[in-house]
Amino acid sequence: MLHAAPVFLPLLGALIAGFFGRMLGDRGSQLVTCGAMVLAAITGAYVFVDVALMGHVRVVEIASWIVSGSFDVTWSVRLDALSASMVGMITLVSCMIHIYSCGYMAHDTSIPRFMAYLNLFTFFMLMLVTADNFVQLFFGWEGVGLASYLLIGFWFERPSANAAAIKAFLVNRVGDFGFALGVFAVFMVFDSVGFDAVFAATPGKVGTTIDFLGYNLDTLTTVCLLLFVGAMGKSAQLGLHTWLPDAMEGPTPVSALIHAATMVTAGVFMVCRLSPMFEYAPTALAVVCFVGASTAFFAATVGLVQNDIKRVIAYSTCSQLGYMFFAAGVSAYSAAMFHLITHAFFKALLFLGAGSVIHAMSDEQDMRKMGGLWKLIPVTYALMWIGNLALAGIPPFAGFFSKDVILEAAWAAHSGVGMYAFILGTVAALLTAFYSWRLLFLTFHGAPRADHHTMEHVHESPQIMLAPLYVLAAGAIVAGFLLNGLFVGDGRAAFWGTSLFVLPEHDTVEGAHHVPVFIKLLPTIVGVLGIAGAYLAYIVSPDMPARTVEAFRSIYLFLYNKWYFDELYDRIFVRPAFWLGRILWKGGDGAIIDGLGPDGIAASTVSLAKRAGRLQTGYVYHYAFAMLIGVVILASFYLYRMGR
Amino acid sequence: MASDWPLLSLVTFLPLVGVAIILVTRGDAALVARNARYVALWTSLITFLLSLLLWTNFDPDMSDFQFVEKAPWIPAFGINYTMGVDGISMFFVLLSTLLTPICVLASWEAIEVRVKEYMISFLVLETLMVGTFSALDFVLFYVFFEGVLIPMFLIIGIWGGQRRVYSAFKFFLYTLTGSVLMLLAILAIFFETGTTDVPTLMQAHLPSGMQKWLWLAFFASFAVKVPMWPVHTWLPDAHVEAPTAGSVILAGVLLKMGAYGFLRFSVPLLPEATAYFTPLVYALSVVAVIYTSLVALAQEDMKKLIAYSSVAHMGYVTIGIFALNTQAVTGAIYQMLSHGIVSAALFLCVGVVYDRMHSREISRYGGLVHRMPAYAFVFMVFTMASVGLPGTSGFVGEFLVLTGAFQSNTWVATLATSGVVLGAAYMLYLYRRVIFGKLERDDLKSILDLSWREVAVFAPLVVLTIWMGVYPISFTRSIHVSVVNLVTKYETASVPRPASQAVAQR
Repeated sequence: MLHAAPVFLPLLGALIAGFFGRMLGDRGSQLVTCGAMVLAAITGAYVFVDVALMGHVRVVEIASWIVSGSFDVTWSVRLDALSASMVGMITLVSCMIHIYSCGYMAHDTSIPRFMAYLNLFTFFMLMLVTADNFVQLFFGWEGVGLASYLLIGFWFERPSANAAAIKAFLVNRVGDFGFALGVFAVFMVFDSVGFDAVFAATPGKVGTTIDFLGYNLDTLTTVCLLLFVGAMGKSAQLGLHTWLPDAMEGPTPVSALIHAATMVTAGVFMVCRLSPMFEYAPTALAVVCFVGASTAFFAATVGLVQNDIKRVIAYSTCSQLGYMFFAAGVSAYSAAMFHLITHAFFKALLFLGAGSVIHAMSDEQDMRKMGGLWKLIPVTYALMWIGNLALAGIPPFAGFFSKDVILEAAWAAHSGVGMYAFILGTVAALLTAFYSWRLLFLTFHGAPRADHHTMEHVHESPQIMLAPLYVLAAGAIVAGFLLNGLFVGDGRAAFWGTSLFVLPEHDTVEGAHHVPVFIKLLPTIVGVLGIAGAYLAYIVSPDMPARTVEAFRSIYLFLYNKWYFDELYDRIFVRPAFWLGRILWKGGDGAIIDGLGPDGIAASTVSLAKRAGRLQTGYVYHYAFAMLIGVVILASFYLYRMGR
Repeated sequence: MASDWPLLSLVTFLPLVGVAIILVTRGDAALVARNARYVALWTSLITFLLSLLLWTNFDPDMSDFQFVEKAPWIPAFGINYTMGVDGISMFFVLLSTLLTPICVLASWEAIEVRVKEYMISFLVLETLMVGTFSALDFVLFYVFFEGVLIPMFLIIGIWGGQRRVYSAFKFFLYTLTGSVLMLLAILAIFFETGTTDVPTLMQAHLPSGMQKWLWLAFFASFAVKVPMWPVHTWLPDAHVEAPTAGSVILAGVLLKMGAYGFLRFSVPLLPEATAYFTPLVYALSVVAVIYTSLVALAQEDMKKLIAYSSVAHMGYVTIGIFALNTQAVTGAIYQMLSHGIVSAALFLCVGVVYDRMHSREISRYGGLVHRMPAYAFVFMVFTMASVGLPGTSGFVGEFLVLTGAFQSNTWVATLATSGVVLGAAYMLYLYRRVIFGKLERDDLKSILDLSWREVAVFAPLVVLTIWMGVYPISFTRSIHVSVVNLVTKYETASVPRPASQAVAQR
């Protein structure tokens, strides 16, 4: 009962605030939803301690859901080290963001709706991570998609927010298309959709093939890759990433909660949850690794040149998710989970810090119109430093531990894709440090570029917004140090238990502890180099960026336009779909089917009737002539028959 | 208790009692209209409550027909009045009896002329719908099945929009063409076997060659009703011109009759032909899903958009029926029930704004959420159910159908699954244009949110949508045994002469 509480408390809060928000008023709704989240965070912490630390693994069955023959799905709460870690992180971060929202959204006109959506999102996210079968995973998966859609489009008066919301939902649906096919394939192969049954039967399916779209393909590779398409959509990996930067149209707490700390990590969680399947599908793992590494690099390059403070952090998120995926791709699932947790703290901190800046700047998000803020909002400034130090992987901040082990594991994999991931990951680490300090310098240093009016209004955020930031900052500082031993250190086998599965020959996390010293030092070195580079470009000689842009204009435009993915998709998917719809409607339905079918038949019936009508002239001699012709024909016919 | 009296006949013919009461009412026009509304509402509500007894007394562990009634009808030809339901048909009876009072309520203020005749049409329609789903004699079925056309034709032709006559005739011609062929098929079966009793025929074996011709004749009739691509073009026109309640019944119940016909007659009576023609059905269904989804994307009229989405959703149903495994058939039935509620509710949603602004054009609206938050919520629930979000009724049916279809044919499942992306596209695009954005038009600035009557119409549908999505087992429990029975019988009967061949191969 207590173990299911963190999952269902947010649902309760969402229902109360959603349906009775008008009665409760703004303050009442905030109290209800934040109260539900505080309780959820407390019980969530209990779950983490009881399940993950004490090892009391359990599955709480709530009710049966869909039953049809061997397709038997239950609503349940599965708690093991993997899901308990997620529950603990999600409830804590979500709780902080709820409290922050009370301050950030204070001037909004629909506070109950916002708080209800946040609660609802948290519920779906928790259902996702505590799923005991593929279908409940899918329920949470699409549920967080709904919440994300509603929250991105929260300011529904803005056309750009509506467009971004639809885009997010649709791109995720493309991913879910793959996910759904993966689930169908799982059911076909294993005759079950429960995790335990499927994992138990997985080793027996090695080397078997299934027929998919007329091809005979390796069973586990096919299944894993189909499911991974879903993970790519939700976690905004290269190809299906285009919705994430646009999602920044939502209020900043939403970006922090959904598009940094929790929802976008669902894909990583899924690959880790399904490690007992991916381990037996090395080709699929290689693809995961390749996609993750490519995304880490791609997003970091785009992040270099964006001017919107939230978009920089969004691309940074995309890039960090790439790290998690390539870690999973080299079988370092525990390292991926480690980075997932530390990233949740420091990235939520960065987003909320950015929110604090935006709040201070009267809703300005363009860094070109900021500058010189550090004396005016020193607390936010200090917090942003902590977040960026963690992101850049500078010891002893949280990101240092997790990013370090990921790069070392990629090196230790001693495989082609592993090396690819190691090289791109190291380059991306350099870029990460650079764009992080670019953000810091542009926003807080130099001469103020905002107008006089805005600068007068710059103020530090109220305590209700700063207090959650302190908690997250504490996490960004100590989470790496505290969890290092449990997640990827000597205690990892005991900690994860059976929730993560790694074949002995794939144990790259072990290998990570035995890499050469320069490999261990490399991430820190490139981090410091990146910071130095940004200092050089934005403090020492501030005209350097402009000159560089002039010199490499085409490369700059390519990066600034995000490698032209949006334009490409618009040309090959969006516009043709509408064009085809119109053609099929007017041409297919209108001209061909109706034209040859009912309308055509009706028209020819009418014309036939008109012609027949013309025969009835009313003149007797016409009729007599017709009869005569008839007699002649009949007579000829009989004569002909008799003649034979 | 229920076995003592003929529950099914009561449910079927009780609406006609209401018709009689409305007919004998006299007085001035306003009074007659008022009376007709109340009598229709109460009759349909009592019918619905009575039909709930079918569910509570239904034995979910039995695959045979239940509540069976049999009486001689045309003894000279051995034709009986036979009624009964099983897990496949029972919920369609309930769907009909649920939607009729909702239709009456939805027409409360919208219909102002010939109210008496309107209410009579709906009550007669209810009798015919329930009869269609519970008739167990071919001739009786045919009478009900075709009889439905008459009140529907009148509802579109009299209370419809501007092009109502064109639409009514298009609807009538399309469906009647198929019906003639079905009548011939029924006659052929009668001459071949000497009976029109459906349970008896299910045990009989029709010659393989004959099965194909019969199957095509049935197909002509049922495919039009579903409607399957390419005989779907009557549907958008009929919906656009029909009054709101007409669309509700059309989408909610009438579309299910074709698919029900496949399940009840084509599959069990003609298994070999079913197996033979399955690729054809697959092809048409997949085209329907993708083609009509794309067409829906381009629509400018709300009702047309939802009409096209219905064709796409029914494409899943036909895929499920012909994939013929437990998951797929259960999913197909569930998808029909879900679609019956969700599409009905979506047409009601259109009706709400049509009643206020007298326009169905999407561009005419925008920003309604500012004035109509309750409406926006209801519309959102059904939009999500329509796109098959897990937790709503739409998901369960769709997912089971596709799961089942994947086992049968990965191409079909993959292509059909792409429909979930397109489905989300046209529904969200519609929702955005109608509900979100700024409220800019002056005449929309005084538009009113849902009235209490409208809330009463939507509330049961919202509850059902969520209930069916979260705890579907309360429905699938009753469906399951009949489906398993159907699938097992099909598997043995669909292969021509299975025993001798199997032995020969060994």
